[in-house]
Amino acid sequence: MMYGYEWDTSSTLAFATSILPILGIGLLVTLQAAAVGYAIALVFGLVLALLRRSRIRAISWTVACFTEFVRDTPLLVQLFFLYYVLPDFGIVLPAFMTGALALGLQYSAYTSEVYRGGIDAIQRGQWEAATALNLSRFQTYRDIVIPQMIPRIVPSLGNYLVSMLKETPVLSVVTVLDMLGLANMIGERTFDYLVPLSMVGLIFLPMTLICSALIHLVERALPKSGIPLR
Amino acid sequence: MTWMQYLAPLLKGAQITVIISLASIVLGTILAFAAGIARTSSNPIVSGIAFVYIVLFRGTPLLVQLFWFYYALPLIGISFNPITTGIMTLSLLTGAFGAEVVRGALLAVPVSQYEAARALNFSKTYTLWHIFMPQAVVEMMPAFGNLAVQNLKDTALVSLISIADLTFQAQSLRNITLDSATVYTLTLVGYFIIALGLMLIVRLIEMKLRRGAAFSRSAHS
Amino acid sequence: MTSIIRFQNVTKRFGALTVLDNFNFEVQQGEKVTLIGPSGSGKSTVLRILMTLEPFQEGKLELAGLSYHEPNGRGTFKASEKHLHKIRSNVGMVFQSFNLFPHMTVMRNIVEAPIAVLNMKRDEAETRATELLRMVGLLDKKDHYPSQLSGGQQQRVAIARALAMRPRVLLFDEPTSALDPQLVGEVLGVIRDLAREHDLTMLLVTHEMRFAREVSDRVCFFDKGRIVEQGEPEKFFTNPEQPRTREFLSSILNT
Repeated sequence: MMYGYEWDTSSTLAFATSILPILGIGLLVTLQAAAVGYAIALVFGLVLALLRRSRIRAISWTVACFTEFVRDTPLLVQLFFLYYVLPDFGIVLPAFMTGALALGLQYSAYTSEVYRGGIDAIQRGQWEAATALNLSRFQTYRDIVIPQMIPRIVPSLGNYLVSMLKETPVLSVVTVLDMLGLANMIGERTFDYLVPLSMVGLIFLPMTLICSALIHLVERALPKSGIPLR
Repeated sequence: MTWMQYLAPLLKGAQITVIISLASIVLGTILAFAAGIARTSSNPIVSGIAFVYIVLFRGTPLLVQLFWFYYALPLIGISFNPITTGIMTLSLLTGAFGAEVVRGALLAVPVSQYEAARALNFSKTYTLWHIFMPQAVVEMMPAFGNLAVQNLKDTALVSLISIADLTFQAQSLRNITLDSATVYTLTLVGYFIIALGLMLIVRLIEMKLRRGAAFSRSAHS
Repeated sequence: MTSIIRFQNVTKRFGALTVLDNFNFEVQQGEKVTLIGPSGSGKSTVLRILMTLEPFQEGKLELAGLSYHEPNGRGTFKASEKHLHKIRSNVGMVFQSFNLFPHMTVMRNIVEAPIAVLNMKRDEAETRATELLRMVGLLDKKDHYPSQLSGGQQQRVAIARALAMRPRVLLFDEPTSALDPQLVGEVLGVIRDLAREHDLTMLLVTHEMRFAREVSDRVCFFDKGRIVEQGEPEKFFTNPEQPRTREFLSSILNT
C-alpha cells in the first residue's frame, strides 16, 4: 500500500490499473521538477549567454569554460555534487529542490548556447540600423533583437524541454519520489518490476511524443519574420 | 586520505567508463546505420520496424530503459550481466538517436545525385553505399560527435546497476571519506577530460574523411 | 532507317497537370534532334522519361526495341528493375547541373560505372577514360575533384562520364543553362564534335538556337505537351509555319 492505494497483484492488468493512481502522484512530481528545472534553465541560461557577450575577457572566457564543462559532464554526478556538497557549505535544500537545481544547471548550459546562436543570427545590418536610428541598447534588444530571436530559438528551447523531461527520473536516485522512484518502490515490495517499470515507460512515451508534436506546431505557427514585444 | 590517493580508484572506474562508452558508441553507430537506412527503405515493414524502435527508445527515459532491462526483463526469464545490460541499453539509445542523424544526412544528399547514379545504371545498393554514404557520412560527423559526448554522460547511469564505473567509484569514495567536494570535483574533471578525448577522436575522423574527399557541398548545388 | 525511339500516344501527368498529352515522337538511329520550347512545355520530361527518371501513365514507348512497360510490369514504372536496367544500358544523360559525384576525382567519376556496372577491368576503364578526357580536353584534370573545376569543365567531364558507358542514345538536358556565358562555348564545342559521330543518337534540349541550327538534323518545337512544329533546322528557323513557333522564335532571338 502506498498513499492509501492498495495494489492488486491478481493479474497483470489489475496490477497495472491499481498502481496507476500512485504513479499519477509520481507524475506530478516529475512534471513539477521539470517545470522548476526548466524555469531555472531559461533564466540562468540567458544570464550565461549575456555574460558570454561581456566585453571583459575574463568574464566571457570564464563563462565559456563553465558552460562547456557543465555541458560535457554527467547530470548524475552534478546532482551528487549539489546533493552532498551544498550542505557542507550550510546550504540545506530539500532533495526535490536540489534535483530541480541540477536539472536547471545542466540545461542552462544548453539554453545559453541557444540564446547565443539566436543573438548571433541577427544580421549585422540590424544592429547598424538600430544604431543609425539612435535606439538605446535596451530598446535595440527589446524592439529589434528579441522579436527576431524568438522564432529562431523557440524550437530548440522546446526540444530541450522534452530532453529534460526524460532526464527527471534521475532525481529518484537522491530519494525524490517521482514516477520512477515510486515504480522502484512498488517493484521492491511486490517483487514485480516488469509492470511498474513498463508503466512508467508507457506514460513517458505519449508525453514526449505529444510535447514534440506541440513544439512542431508552435514552430510552424511562429512568424519567421519575428514577434514584436509591444 | 589525500586527493592524490583518490586517483587510483577513480582511474579504475574511468577505465570501465571509457570501455562502456566506446563499446556502446561503436555498437550504437552500427545500429544507427542499420535503423537509419531501414527508415529510408521503400518497404513499409522494414521502415516500420525501424520507426517503432526509434520512437520507443527516443521517447522514454534512459534510466527507465536501463532499469527495465536490469530489473524487469529477468522476470520474464531474460537476463544479462550488468555490463552487458549497460552496453546494450546505451547502444540501443545511441542507435535510436543516431538513426535520425543517418536518415537526415541521407535525405540531405541532393536528388540530382540519385538521378545521375540511375542514369549510369548503378544498382540501388551500390548507389547507397558508394554515392550517397560517402557524401552523407561527412555531414553526420558533428551530430555524431554530440551523440558520443551525450553517450559518455549517459554512462554515469550504469553505476546505478552496480557497475563499478567512474561514478560508482566516486560514490564509494565519498561514503568512505565524506570528502564530497574533492571527490566529485575530481570525478567531474575526469568526465570532462574523457569528453575532450572523445571530441578529439571525432574531429580527427572528420578531418580524415574530409581530406579523403576534398569536396564541398557547394560544388553540386 | 529504323526508329530507335518511338513514343506512341504517351500521356504523362504530374497530379492534375498534364505534361505530355497523347504524345507521338520518333527518332531514327544516329539522328541528332533538338527540342526547343518555353519552359514547362514538356521537352525535359521527354528526356527524363527516356532515362527512366519519370514514369508515364498512358501510351507506349520503345527504345532500341525494348518496351518501357512490361506486360506484367508492376510499380510506378510498370516494369521490373531488371528490365529498366536493360533499357538504361542503351541511354546516357548529361544534366543541366552536371551532377558529378563530388567525393570522387574526375577519373573515378568516369571509371566508376564502367567498372561497377559493366564489370570492365580497371585498366581498360582507365585507358578508355583517358581517351575520353583527351577528347574533352581535360586530361590534365583527371586527379582533380569536381569542386576544383569550373562549371564548363565539370560539364565536359559529365559528358565523358556518360560516354564511358557507350550509350546508343545520349540525352542532353539544357547542358549549358547553368553555365556562365563565357563557359558555354567550350561545352558546345564538345557536343559539336560528338554530333559528327555517325551512329550516336542525340536528343538535345537547349536554348542555344544558333547551335541547334548548326548541329541538328531536326528541330522540334514543343508547346503545352505537344510538338507544334518540327523540321530541318534551315527551314524551321528561316521559315516556320506555325504562328506560335514564330512568336517563340522572335521572343527568344530578340533577347
